[in-house]
Amino acid sequence: MNPLGDGGSPPPTSAEEETPMQRDRARTIFERSVPGRRAGTLPAADVPETPLEDLIPAKLLRGRPAELPEVSEPEIVRHYTRISRRNFDLDRGFYPLGSCTMKHNPRVNERVAALPGHARLHPGQDPSRAQGALELMWLLQRSLAEIAGLPHVSLQPSAGSHGELAGLLLTRAYHVDRGERRTKVLTPDTAHGTNPATVTMAGYEVVKVASNDRGGVDLDDLRAKADEQTACLMLTNPNTLGLFDENIAEITSIVRDAGGTLYYDGANLNAIMGHTRPGDMGFDIVHFNLHKTFSQPHGGGGPGAGPIAVADRIEPFLPVPQVIRREPGEAAGAGGNGDGQIRYDLEYDRPRSIGRLRGFQGNFGVFVRAYAYILSLGGDGLTEASETAVLNANYLLARLREGRTGRYAPIAFDRRCMHEFVLSAAPAKQQLGVKTQDIAKRLLDYSFHPPTVYFPLLVDEAMMVEPTETEARETLDGFAEALDAILAEAEQDPEVARNAPYVTPVRRLDEVAANRKPVVRQLLDSAA
Amino acid sequence: MSRYTSNTGPDRDAMLEAIGARSIEELFEDIPEDLRLGRPLDLPDGRSETEVYDRLSELASRNAHAEGEVSFLGAGMYDHYVPAVVDALTSRSEFLTPYTPYQPEVSQGGLQAMFEFQTAMSELTGLPVSNAALYEGPSAVASAAYLAIGATGRKKLVASRGLHPHSRETMVTYSAGFGSEVVEVGLEGGITDAAALAEAVDEETAAIFIQQPNFLGSVEEVEALAAVAKEKGAQVIVACDPVALSVLKSPGECGADVAVGEGQPLGNRLDYGGPSFGFFCATQEHIRRMPGRIAGEATDVDGRRGFALTLQTREQHIRREKATHNICTAQALNALAGIIHLSWLGKRGFVELGELLVRRTAYARERLGAVVGVEPLHDAPVVREFAVRLRASGGGRVDTATVLRLCAERGFAAGYPLGRDYPEYEDCVLVAVTERRSRRDIDGLADVLSEVLSMEEVEMRGQAQAPVPEQVAS
Ligand SMILES: Cc1ncc(COP(=O)(O)O)c(C=O)c1O
Repeated sequence: MNPLGDGGSPPPTSAEEETPMQRDRARTIFERSVPGRRAGTLPAADVPETPLEDLIPAKLLRGRPAELPEVSEPEIVRHYTRISRRNFDLDRGFYPLGSCTMKHNPRVNERVAALPGHARLHPGQDPSRAQGALELMWLLQRSLAEIAGLPHVSLQPSAGSHGELAGLLLTRAYHVDRGERRTKVLTPDTAHGTNPATVTMAGYEVVKVASNDRGGVDLDDLRAKADEQTACLMLTNPNTLGLFDENIAEITSIVRDAGGTLYYDGANLNAIMGHTRPGDMGFDIVHFNLHKTFSQPHGGGGPGAGPIAVADRIEPFLPVPQVIRREPGEAAGAGGNGDGQIRYDLEYDRPRSIGRLRGFQGNFGVFVRAYAYILSLGGDGLTEASETAVLNANYLLARLREGRTGRYAPIAFDRRCMHEFVLSAAPAKQQLGVKTQDIAKRLLDYSFHPPTVYFPLLVDEAMMVEPTETEARETLDGFAEALDAILAEAEQDPEVARNAPYVTPVRRLDEVAANRKPVVRQLLDSAA
Repeated sequence: MSRYTSNTGPDRDAMLEAIGARSIEELFEDIPEDLRLGRPLDLPDGRSETEVYDRLSELASRNAHAEGEVSFLGAGMYDHYVPAVVDALTSRSEFLTPYTPYQPEVSQGGLQAMFEFQTAMSELTGLPVSNAALYEGPSAVASAAYLAIGATGRKKLVASRGLHPHSRETMVTYSAGFGSEVVEVGLEGGITDAAALAEAVDEETAAIFIQQPNFLGSVEEVEALAAVAKEKGAQVIVACDPVALSVLKSPGECGADVAVGEGQPLGNRLDYGGPSFGFFCATQEHIRRMPGRIAGEATDVDGRRGFALTLQTREQHIRREKATHNICTAQALNALAGIIHLSWLGKRGFVELGELLVRRTAYARERLGAVVGVEPLHDAPVVREFAVRLRASGGGRVDTATVLRLCAERGFAAGYPLGRDYPEYEDCVLVAVTERRSRRDIDGLADVLSEVLSMEEVEMRGQAQAPVPEQVAS
């Protein structure tokens, strides 16, 4: 990998003028519409062509058609292909976005998810005729339970934040069942934004817990705040600094003694698979991000899935339906026929359940990919994946401790990391006048996706770097060299980074103006 | 070397040396000894790609899917034809593999697609603001409840029994957190009982929830129901089937404040229930209360047109506990499939699709209704789905599950049984039609039902059950 770009020289430091062709690329599909054009065709009418008003009263019908674009199929293909090229993607290059685990997306997973037995299976199909799908879900549940060290799984939540909401609703149900009313949820100051947002949606109040000088939870602060009002502690471990909390046993026992549940935000599970388990650490509920740890592609903002695994004391409250396995003999009368075969089924009769979190059974297509991934790697492969993720992160960190990055963007908490680490570009800001934002934007010119920036909030000018296990050593070297080159440029002329990027499809956008007067849809003739 | 990694033994050694560690285990030192797993995970060892493919395809082969039978299953997810261009374009790496567009300079493709999607959804729903998608339908309905509670400061949610049971149940689940209460209003003649609704809505009501068409397939008189809610200052939330909006008056025109729904019928395959997407559109008044990502137009420093995530101060990563919603990862790729499908159908094709559905559904309701033992549950107008009550040809009560099993053995998924969600409709099924179900398929279903309903084994054994009241609601 050549950090100096394909031409062997640093990327340009000035932008070229927009060409008419570039301008054309930002035209929307609606602006390409020409009356009379069309792509799709439908089967010919084979039933009487009764006027619509004879079937549905006119007052319930639309007065005019929706202004959808009128475009031919070749134009559609060209339009979306062209705009797609204005995206940076994981297959194009390194994407060290901290907390997001941008690992390779195996293509065999896409292939098996597209099999008609999966892709065209209706969610309302009778369970007796969807045995393959239910078995797959059951096997995925068992696999996730083993990885988490917690015996019961619901696959239903649609993403991490949905899993978090499930976790707090479960917590509420658990306490209500015990006749307790608790109002507060503890979240460390390093928590991801979804944690506090979920607390509010679940009807609780956020209580922030401070971090100590090693980047872990401040035990004194936790002790002071954990009380009979504490419903739950939501924790990421390794936390969003990429550090495994050394006091984890102490943390979980403080909260448990106070009567709260322990929620494990599994965004960082990629660091620990096969090495330690949230259940063994004392957690009651964990969510998985199948779109991080288990290789589901991100799709530019989803789909994902956020299954949860829970301890025995939480199990009675799990959402419905639950995927269950009926052993031979017990099947009769319960959706099976007692013929001595194993049957999989959906169980609805769970009187203490919190209920449904969404329609049907969950993001099944994501389950197929995640299960294919688990089968491909196996228990040994998952364990090794975590090892390599941690190795890659520590190697990249070692490279970045050297030279200019070490000087201008040192590690925030000077320890070894797990699968990711957080740098602080505060010195770069003070000494060179370039901020994290500027470095990130200049990385774009070097054909790297920047790290997660300005998170966690605890760290000034934060850059959160997560390389993942699927990156080769030379890619990590290339990234280290690019950061060094950017800081070298900044030593010479900080304006280079401050005005970056130069070679991207657009340059910095005026988001303030865009927020002041938001234009969130195109005005079409009819709507004007 | 694990699958999908690149570093070899010598790479590892060199990397450890650079780190200054003797072994990889050393890197896991912070994990307390007694919390280490200390044994291999109890999972099978990794398999080759061909073995993985074979195993997954063996599992898939044990599912009865819409390619192998004639399926009239619907109930919120429909077997529409997904055009080949949708697969071809959404499987491009540039769309498939990036994260949420946090760096707009290198995410213009995804952001522009969101902007186009929002424009199309605004057009369909007749509401000016759309987000770039939520997870799926029922949780989008619950999210609308959250918005309404925030907007009105009230906590009572009035839901029609015609709202999808999954939506009602999800709203009840979320209500434990919202501190809200869900009150149900029954159906009359297949549509929401307007008088009962008027009675249920009061000054404490945050919102009413109507589905269009409703779960039984009937077209609701949304305008009239909306007027009832407005009188009491309640928000009007309409959950709608986006394909039906090709022919039906838009929720916006009917007075809805928020329109949400399940996006699967737009470009997304069935996938046993997901991933698909939920859409969420609202009036301008709610723009700063919207959940989820929203793409907006922006201009770059050189004056070029571009797109960026906008109004982010609503969102969890900025606003944290004060965010309007907790959603982060949503369903961007599925929404992209939606806008591509809509573009492919186009202005005319979309209407043609709607008209074809209305006509085939009318034909199917009439054709099945002519079968001895099949009786439409109501005669309200329908778009793409309708409910029928089943009887044995001789007039006796039938066991619905047996009827469906016998139809399945004859190659037909005859419909979705209503009994679990509507005990009052224990002997009813919901029959859905798409452009993939031809007249011949419909005739075939009529013939099969006719045959099956005359079989002795479908008759309910033992004591005839006590009649179930028509309305179990409110
Ligand atoms: C630490 C952490 N928690 C929670 C989440 C939320 O997960 P999702 O985006 O799947 O809702 C994320 C993802 O960005 C995360 O990094």
